[in-house]
Amino acid sequence: MHEVSVTVNGVLRSATVPARRLLSDFLRHDLGCTGTHVGCEHGVCGACTVLLDGEPVRSCLLFAVSVDGAQLTTVEGCRAPDGGLGPVQRAFHECHGLQCGYCTPGFITTVTAYLRDHPDPTEEQAREAIGGNLCRCTGYQNIVASVLRAAAIQRGEA
Amino acid sequence: MTTRMFGEPIQRREDPRLVSGDGRYLDDLGQDALAAAFVRSPYAHARVTDVDVTDALDVDGLVAVYTYEDLDGRVAEPLPLLIPHPSLHAPRTGYPLANGIVRHVGEPVAMVVAVDRYVAEDVASLIRVTYEQLPVVVGIAAALRADAAVHEDVADNVAAHLVQEVGDARAAIDAAPHRLHLDLDIERSASTPLEGKGVYARWDPADRSLRVYSSTQTSTSVRFAVAAKLGIPVDRVEVVTPDVGGGFGVKIVHPWPEEVLVPWAAIRLGRPVKWTEDRREHFISSAHERAQTHAVDVGFDDDGRLHGLSVTFAHDNGAYTPYGIIAPIITSTQLLGPYKPGAYRVEFRSVYTNTVQVTPYRGAGRPQGVFVMERTMDAIARYLDLDRTVVRERNFIQPDEMPYDQGMIFQDGRPLIYDSGDYPAALDKLKKLIGWDDFAAYRDQARAEGRRVGIGIGCYVEGTGVGPYEGAHVRVETDGTVVVATGLTTQGQGHETVFAQVAAAVLGVPVEAVTVVTGDTRRFRYAVGTFASRAAVLSGNAVALAARKVRAKALRIAGEALEVDPRDLEVTDGVVHVRGTPQAQIALKTVAVLANPLRYAFDAEAARATQFAVGGSLDKPPVADDDEPGLEATDYYSPLRSTFADGMHAAIVETDPETAEITVLRYAVVHDCGRLINPRIVDGQIHGGVAQGVGGALYERLVYDDAGQLLNASFMDFLMPYASEVPVVEIDHLETPSPLNPLGVKGAGEAGVIPGAAVLASAIEDAEGIPITRMPISPSELWEARREGRR
Ligand code: FES
Ligand code: FES
Repeated sequence: MHEVSVTVNGVLRSATVPARRLLSDFLRHDLGCTGTHVGCEHGVCGACTVLLDGEPVRSCLLFAVSVDGAQLTTVEGCRAPDGGLGPVQRAFHECHGLQCGYCTPGFITTVTAYLRDHPDPTEEQAREAIGGNLCRCTGYQNIVASVLRAAAIQRGEA
Repeated sequence: MTTRMFGEPIQRREDPRLVSGDGRYLDDLGQDALAAAFVRSPYAHARVTDVDVTDALDVDGLVAVYTYEDLDGRVAEPLPLLIPHPSLHAPRTGYPLANGIVRHVGEPVAMVVAVDRYVAEDVASLIRVTYEQLPVVVGIAAALRADAAVHEDVADNVAAHLVQEVGDARAAIDAAPHRLHLDLDIERSASTPLEGKGVYARWDPADRSLRVYSSTQTSTSVRFAVAAKLGIPVDRVEVVTPDVGGGFGVKIVHPWPEEVLVPWAAIRLGRPVKWTEDRREHFISSAHERAQTHAVDVGFDDDGRLHGLSVTFAHDNGAYTPYGIIAPIITSTQLLGPYKPGAYRVEFRSVYTNTVQVTPYRGAGRPQGVFVMERTMDAIARYLDLDRTVVRERNFIQPDEMPYDQGMIFQDGRPLIYDSGDYPAALDKLKKLIGWDDFAAYRDQARAEGRRVGIGIGCYVEGTGVGPYEGAHVRVETDGTVVVATGLTTQGQGHETVFAQVAAAVLGVPVEAVTVVTGDTRRFRYAVGTFASRAAVLSGNAVALAARKVRAKALRIAGEALEVDPRDLEVTDGVVHVRGTPQAQIALKTVAVLANPLRYAFDAEAARATQFAVGGSLDKPPVADDDEPGLEATDYYSPLRSTFADGMHAAIVETDPETAEITVLRYAVVHDCGRLINPRIVDGQIHGGVAQGVGGALYERLVYDDAGQLLNASFMDFLMPYASEVPVVEIDHLETPSPLNPLGVKGAGEAGVIPGAAVLASAIEDAEGIPITRMPISPSELWEARREGRR
């Protein structure tokens, strides 16, 4: 068993887990951050995407012990500072960018990281940015719209 | 003023929770529960001769292992046949754990319960099962050849045989000026929600009550099924559906082996138990659909008008038939689409194979039926050298022929009578939207540039809102909030929003004041479930009817309080007032207080309804004989028969002359689901449906080898479309109200997926000039088809 400590959404959290504990399970079951979802556990769907030191990673492909000491951001951490919806979350709500919501945490973390580096994407770039995440419900059209809307919100064009 | 709620594209009420990580899906619950895992058959057909758990028993953290021998009572019996049918002469269902024989890869053989899923899987891998392999049947052709049998006592592998005929189709075809024969096939696909199934059960021994959470499309029926299987009084069982990560049909089947075994184990162990399906389990042990082979004979005249149509098809139902023959019945009836077929004969056989069972996936038999009919329409057009839309138009049922009786029996056992629709108008809109009449010039120009482009069309009619019923309960609380409960379940369709819109519109309250609960048997006990595009029609109307009762009661009580005629009252923004005289008013929440005569003043509001505070006649009891306390009502909506939505899709594709890569350049939809409750949500349903239609036409198929191994049971190999594969969908609506229900609505959930294979086959055929007769089609298959000059 190993003691693993990570900073999740700004809060230091730790738990003692076996070496084989996936980061996705560590977050969900050891730390109770169930916003992060798993859709495949083989790295294809992107539902489990979290930000590891700011970069999107598939938490189902990492062992918790391998990220000891890291900074993690999950969908719960994509809120606005006042606790309300963050810009990407707000955009998904406004554009009907989700239906069942199961894939949504992976999209929100992915888009959050993308827009940090690409504040003003074209529609084509927005589609490309979400190209590694699966959604079975929406057909992606409103997710693309959500990416563009989130960019506009972040640029202050509320 | 209350805004017009019904028909507005308001934002969804469920979103803030779901975008923040505050959703609660099955596996988010029961963090302290024991975990279950299953040993599943690696063989498609085998006798289980021994299950040896010796090595497994030493594992730290193991709690229990169960095999068939451990099951007792009705748990040891086969799972129920949910929808019997007279033509399903040889129905077979599986056992919760295999009873001596396994009939598909993935069938559960042993159940392990341990402290967590890691340990449970460790144990499962140490259980040694000895199998004696039996001959395997894969594919419709092998099933019909019947060299081997999936079920020993069904030697010909035929589970069901059904014929329906209207007129003498074969004579009409023989007598027609022109005849064509087509062979048309569709392969297997599956619902594939992003969240798999899951069950979590808690038994309270002191209270002798069971709580089951399941990621299901029908909590009420799971409740009855679990109570019956486990021999517990229904009153001691509650089933709750938490947030569900998509269903698309697969989660309507119940009870799954796990839905029986997890509660059963929780009771035996006296501890909470949870099972969360992983992706591979979902591929090999839930359900698939779509695989059918069809032979079509059609007779028609010089104008392309149908005189007779005869379709014979075979439906691969996999190893078991828990859901009866609903999908092939739907194919056989909905194949007719918006057309008058002349005389029609349809015959199908539903056959067993050693593959995962087949139950409805969004569209449920319609994509196959529409593929067959629309391929036939295109073939007639090509034969007569007519425009494809012209042939369709000439065969349309006209608006003045509604209601139109197709003379058949539909999937609900009721007549196939279309209630309303305007197909010529829909076609007109579609042609404008896609630019049908200008396309020939574009195609020629593209050809000149060495490009291949084609346009395709597909029309469908969809029976939605099947019975028998749904109900709703609506209550106005004394703080003015409105609580709506309905028994059917939600998998992302936005029910919290649309049912709130319906209730808000009827009651005259802001939509923000309404909360909606679905799929929780603690809140509403009688329901059927979410399938067949029925939620908005069934529960939507039930909510409206219950809300109307509440409104009538509110006006009566307010009329007494204000001493005015209730007919002069209306409700605006939660306030009852005399029409035109805003001063004479009373808040709905105050009416709710007055509706419940009280003895005890538990808060200031309640004090107004206590016995010394209220006035009223001393000659009458506080609650009249025909009245009940509370500002609430329950009502049910039970339709006479299904209501028929319709739509038409068109697509433009480009095929690469070298690589045969297929690209969808444009995708247009005209959709008529009667009155729209929330256009934003309907459009979203269409987007998602089209993505599944495109996936089913170009990418998704479930590939079994001859040994019955599913070769692509992962997201790496089963090609669900990403954003790069799904075209932008252009939508236009027509709103032809249904005369059958108070709201005038029709279902919308499945529509988008239905004509996908038909439309894209039509467009690829147009681009390539070779017949496309089997879907899905990959670039390599198109390349082969080019070489053969047909597919
Ligand atoms: S769960 Fe990690 S990528 Fe699918
Ligand atoms: S919203 Fe359901 S999977 Fe994306």
